[in-house]
Amino acid sequence: MNRLARSAFAVAMLAAPALAAAQGQPIKLYNVLELSGPIATAGTNYRNGVELAVKEINAAGGVLGRRLEVTTLDNQSNAGIAKALVQRAVDEGAFAVIGPTLSGAMVVSMSETRRAEIPNFTGAAAASITQQGNPYVIRTNATQLTAMPKLARYIKETLKAQTVDIVWINTDFGKGGRDQFLEAAKAIGLKVGADISTDQNQVDFSSAVLRAKQSGGDVLFAYTNEEESARLLRELRKQGYAKPIVGDTTLISQKAIELAGEAANGVQGQVPLTADAPTAAMRAFDEKYTREYKFKSDHNGIQGYMVPYIVKAVSERIGKVDPKAFAAAVRGTPILVKDVPGILVDTKFDRNGDPDRVSYIIEVRNGKQHVLATLPPNAPF
Amino acid sequence: MAELVQLVVSGIATGSIYALAGLGFTLLWQASGTINFAQGEFVMLPAFAMLFCVLAGMPLWVAVLVTCAAAMIVLGYGFKRAIVDPLIRHGVIPLVIATLGLAIALKTLVRAGYSAEAHQFGSPFPGGVFSVGGINVTYADVGTLLIAGVIVVALQAFVTRTLTGRAMQAVAQNTEAARVLGIDVKRMVLYTFLINAVLAVVAALLITPTYLAKFDMGESIGLKAFFAAIIGGFNQTRGALLGGVLIGILENLVGFYVSPAYKEGVALMLFLVVILIRPEGLLGKAEERKV
Repeated sequence: MNRLARSAFAVAMLAAPALAAAQGQPIKLYNVLELSGPIATAGTNYRNGVELAVKEINAAGGVLGRRLEVTTLDNQSNAGIAKALVQRAVDEGAFAVIGPTLSGAMVVSMSETRRAEIPNFTGAAAASITQQGNPYVIRTNATQLTAMPKLARYIKETLKAQTVDIVWINTDFGKGGRDQFLEAAKAIGLKVGADISTDQNQVDFSSAVLRAKQSGGDVLFAYTNEEESARLLRELRKQGYAKPIVGDTTLISQKAIELAGEAANGVQGQVPLTADAPTAAMRAFDEKYTREYKFKSDHNGIQGYMVPYIVKAVSERIGKVDPKAFAAAVRGTPILVKDVPGILVDTKFDRNGDPDRVSYIIEVRNGKQHVLATLPPNAPF
Repeated sequence: MAELVQLVVSGIATGSIYALAGLGFTLLWQASGTINFAQGEFVMLPAFAMLFCVLAGMPLWVAVLVTCAAAMIVLGYGFKRAIVDPLIRHGVIPLVIATLGLAIALKTLVRAGYSAEAHQFGSPFPGGVFSVGGINVTYADVGTLLIAGVIVVALQAFVTRTLTGRAMQAVAQNTEAARVLGIDVKRMVLYTFLINAVLAVVAALLITPTYLAKFDMGESIGLKAFFAAIIGGFNQTRGALLGGVLIGILENLVGFYVSPAYKEGVALMLFLVVILIRPEGLLGKAEERKV
């Protein structure tokens, strides 16, 4: 007995420093986001959200007694740089990688986190990202696969359109959205008139708008990044385009509204998340974010804010900080605002890592988002 | 027909923006044999300077004047003394490399100070649209075109019809001969850099409401402006205007009648064609260049 006790004591003495070190070590989160380049707006908002939540969580005692430590790397909206930075995050012992938001960059970089078996959060919207059976991808944004059918239905059933014209940006993000929208439109008998591709950083949209005007569709569906959306909206107003303009998150984001000015008024669209959502949790977030960064968050900032709270909620649920176990546990079980206020909206991730939750139909009025309707999750939980 | 005119009008407005930035290339080349690949960033920097002044509470016209003064000091005199003077004696290549480096440095600086996000920039023109024969034109389009046209004509007149302008041309054509004739070569070259700095401010004022104030806005402006200057003729002030307007119009026509997917390649294609067929540019004169 004495011998056993001595052995146990020796093992405990040997293990104690390692255990103490492990408990004291921060949980490393790596933002690999677009802080420059064409979609810097999205990456910057996302980064802000992450940092705000990390600050709050650390102030409240961290996750299972450990601090969250966030390192931010700028992928310059470039897929090659993003892949290299994700590799760096893996090498430096990241618990989870957050980003990229650029779909094309996410497609090429997520193999690194998969190989390292660590969670990879992303705000990228391209449907293909979660269709590859990667068990470590967790998407915070709505997927095009679920967003586009809702939008097509809205255009046909609520706006009573027979034909829709599409202006889209020729990137992985834009093409993915356009393809999903075409499929969704076809499924419900919504005809597509002009199908107009545009380029990233395009300045002059006069030829695109003229084509849309000549096509004679009942509604214009615009699927471009924030800056291009602002320029497109201005050109649409310049050329007197008077039909409904509908889009997704980028078209009606706060940044696009700010940049487009009056041209954004009247535009409608769907957002998976909005700081104007009529809930107490979102109002509290909106106040905190605006106070911290002096501008209103778009949906990317909200997604970024959710991520550390997802890390906290799921890690505390499984009782350990284990990337592999985390990636498995995050799927299938809802995270509810009543349990984790920082999640902001009740969310459940499916087995692909796609979120299911409410979304909102927004109209821009006087430069502000107004919620017209709340669309329920695809499956109740 | 109406759509053709609409496309041409919009193309001219966009093209005149390229032309304004392109003017800087031709001016510096003519007067000092300098190619400034930071020309796009020379437009970006005043945009942020004006934005800073406006956010500090200045009216736009005051912001423009303050920025003009600052640009003449920093982008005119400072650029010449700190970068061009020490390097020009080693030929064009070191200067090209230095200005490429300068472009990166300026972008990094602005990104660090202003973030990488795009910022809205108020237009100096009224925001309305008017219609002529079914063609919609904004006051900003007209204003941009007018200012660009006036600047090109005024510059041309200044260079060809004033004593100082002719002295600048003489310096450009043969520095040594100009010096023998009693022309203050250094001063003439300095004038060119100062004019270039003011042009950059004007270009920023006209461009930024459309391009949006962003740290990398100079990349595409600089490239298109360079193409515009080459296409029109690097040794002709009017050449930049022609090159810019041609690019603007052709981009729109290709975008509408062919496919928007090819729109952004128009400037490069036109550039290649002109370089192959008429290397001196559409309005340029073949010359043996001193190096």
